[in-house]
Amino acid sequence: MLKYSLRRLGSAIPTLFLLITFAFFLIRIAPGGPFDSERALPADIEANLAAKYHLDEPLVFQYARYLWQIARGDLGPSFHYRDWTVNDLIIQGAPVSFLLGAAALLLALVIGVITGAWAALRQNRPADYTVMSIAMVGISIPNFVMAPLLILLFAIVLGWVPAGGWAFSFDRMVLPVVTLALPMIAYIARITRGSMIEVLHSSYIRTVRAKGMPEKEVILRHALKPALLPVISYLGPAAAAILTGSVVVERIFTIPGIGSYFVQGALNRDYTLVMGVVILYGVLIILFNFLVDLIYAFLDPRIRYDDGETET
Amino acid sequence: MKRLGALCLLFALAGCGEREAHAPEAVPALAEPVDVVFGEDGRPLPEVLAESQVVHRGNGEEPQTLDPHLAEGVPSSNILRDLFEGLTTTAPDGRIVPGAARHWDISRDGLTYTFFLDPDGRWSNGEPVTADDFVWSWRRAVDPATGASYSRMLSPIVNAEAILAGESPPEALGVEALNDMTFQVELKDPTPYFLGLLTHPTSYPVHRPTVEQHGDSHVRPGNLVSNGAFMLDDWRVRSSIELVRNPHYRDADDVLVERVVFYPFEDENTEFNRFRAGDLHWTYQVPNNQFQWLRKNMPQALMVAPWFGTYFFSFNLTREPFEDNLALRQALNLAVDREILTEQVSRFGEIPTFNLVPPGLPEYESPETPWAGMTQEEREAEAKRLYREAGYSEQRPLEVELRYNTSENHRKIAVAVAAMWKQVLGVRTRLINEEFRVFLQNRAQRRVTEVFRSGWIGDYQDAFTFLELFHSEHGRNDAGYDSERYDRLLQRIAAERIPASRRNLMAEAERMILADQVILPVYNYVTKRLIDPRLKGWEENVMDHHLTRHMFLVKAKSAIEASEEADGGE
Repeated sequence: MLKYSLRRLGSAIPTLFLLITFAFFLIRIAPGGPFDSERALPADIEANLAAKYHLDEPLVFQYARYLWQIARGDLGPSFHYRDWTVNDLIIQGAPVSFLLGAAALLLALVIGVITGAWAALRQNRPADYTVMSIAMVGISIPNFVMAPLLILLFAIVLGWVPAGGWAFSFDRMVLPVVTLALPMIAYIARITRGSMIEVLHSSYIRTVRAKGMPEKEVILRHALKPALLPVISYLGPAAAAILTGSVVVERIFTIPGIGSYFVQGALNRDYTLVMGVVILYGVLIILFNFLVDLIYAFLDPRIRYDDGETET
Repeated sequence: MKRLGALCLLFALAGCGEREAHAPEAVPALAEPVDVVFGEDGRPLPEVLAESQVVHRGNGEEPQTLDPHLAEGVPSSNILRDLFEGLTTTAPDGRIVPGAARHWDISRDGLTYTFFLDPDGRWSNGEPVTADDFVWSWRRAVDPATGASYSRMLSPIVNAEAILAGESPPEALGVEALNDMTFQVELKDPTPYFLGLLTHPTSYPVHRPTVEQHGDSHVRPGNLVSNGAFMLDDWRVRSSIELVRNPHYRDADDVLVERVVFYPFEDENTEFNRFRAGDLHWTYQVPNNQFQWLRKNMPQALMVAPWFGTYFFSFNLTREPFEDNLALRQALNLAVDREILTEQVSRFGEIPTFNLVPPGLPEYESPETPWAGMTQEEREAEAKRLYREAGYSEQRPLEVELRYNTSENHRKIAVAVAAMWKQVLGVRTRLINEEFRVFLQNRAQRRVTEVFRSGWIGDYQDAFTFLELFHSEHGRNDAGYDSERYDRLLQRIAAERIPASRRNLMAEAERMILADQVILPVYNYVTKRLIDPRLKGWEENVMDHHLTRHMFLVKAKSAIEASEEADGGE
């Protein structure tokens, strides 16, 4: 297991390197620069700014400088939010996104798995159809429609919760968390149902039932665990995406997470900020995919990562 | 289904959750305010004032920086006007009044300004604001190493342009501290709007020891030392910026607001929802599509006021088809019905215009163009004639590209303008939508543009801020207007000392831009926002400067009645 983990870690480094390289040169291809504005800068000042941020050097030098910088954990100054470094911005924004994302993930996982399993046990009955139809609607309604509806109902009409803004409190978090979680709940419910039905039809379930095991134990111990495997593989990338924030939810609820930096950073040609969030996202994707594989081994005794055996 | 029930219960419980400490009083939004009664000292009586003097204000985008010399854009300026104070400042109605300088002398030739600083002027750490602070700060602002975005604002000062060009050291700037409290400025040309420039953040003083000690991070909470009515208390990026009353401020006793919180919004609908929910006293803007609803349902809060800006289209004069084709440019200009654009398309009370400089300046009136007096039918007939004169016809229509940057309003206007050209002249217009920075670059390069959206909000209260855009070497002369006569005219305006002659020269310059059909003016901007009727001291002014120190919150009528009832019951 340790060997496997080390190997995975080793392969992560070239992946990240490629990601950084592509992102670095791609963002530079975009026309315009970070200091363009409707108020044109005097040429000398623009030259000074470019020199201050080393934008006047050949691109390859900048690239080398950037690699050296991130090797030391410094993501550089933000070109747009000039009082802050990218490290500052991510340190301020990431906990907000993480907290929100983790809450949404947990909510989605609990409700999604329970409703999915519940529907699977009532396969092709009215209850199953009802739940799955609701789930389909949940997947189809985009969050930029759902969020304003929730705000209108719960904040404006009923006045139960604030219409937006961020604080680590239940009333400020509930609407954004629910907005983020709803499509995931629906998605997880559908995956769970599908894989649960498959597992319930498999021969070993028939065997344990034939052995006279109580139905409750059949489902919880033998059916649910393997049925969760597709859910777990969905969760890896989903977790990385949701923990790095959501542009739409942050915009609508005015939440200072890091999701908006992907878009704002690109629009402002804030090269370092875009790179910072891309690297963070990349690291999380790699990390969660690795975790997913470990959880796989834990849930399914047939999967082993030790040498000599095949990997799944 | 039990789970869903539990979820609903969670929603219900949320209502009991505590609101944040700084949220406005629990009076429903848009409660009717009490009538303000002023005491003998000119201050409102304490019994009408709301208990909590915390103003919550929507403020557009997250500011790029709070360093007054680096800042640009309206959101940061709004905050900086509360944090800092220049030598002059603005009264609620927009008049320029003494700020950090109590009074000043202007030499007879208009070239030497001597400012006598207010002896009560203090930094937020209690230290006195001195003439040396201004000397050091202004040198910093024009030093190319600082990279100040608006350093041009100080260019009327002797040697400023040479310093900006890197030819002289910052110490050569024509400013001097005659003594601790006397600050003298030498100008290269009499600049009648100079006092107005001093309300701009570029001219604000910064606290030298703080800047030297903290460098780039001198504006962070805990570090920033400022000289305005408020000081920085907290800054959570993309969440809020909180200022508290500066107890050392020269006029601190007259500042009634204790705390002002600026919230950035990336979406105007979100801001509008927060206002409706009672979280904000003051919004930065309103959603365009809600205007009719607002006019009907919140007339007492909706503030629409003229703004010092013009929305126009520019012709690229360096390329086909507009190069050397005055008749064609004029035809396109006349074929556009501004009233339809403002009344049916933008629909926010914008003012249709045929001019470059917006109205509302005390010292200047724009010249009237011959076509402004025509009816739209006459203009269209003339447009058709000019279109033929330019060599186009129904059989041989003009094909043109109209460029604009991504925005719902720009798109709607561009579509309408293209439709008018099509209807009146038969022009085939291709609409090109570009992301902002791509658009800016294309405009500046002049290699692909034909006709494109422009717009300008004046930087200072003088017609010159619009006229100088068309100097052949101005960095934003994207039309590529290149007229020696016009450049000379601008020079004469800068050197002119007699106000009436200067006014005439400026009118002549504006007439030139319009007669040469460099631009296609559409409308003058308006500011549009929602203001809680309980927030008093807010007045409209064309520069759109609103300092929190002139404001205060009053009680709601319902709150007073409730407390009277409670008193009566005892």
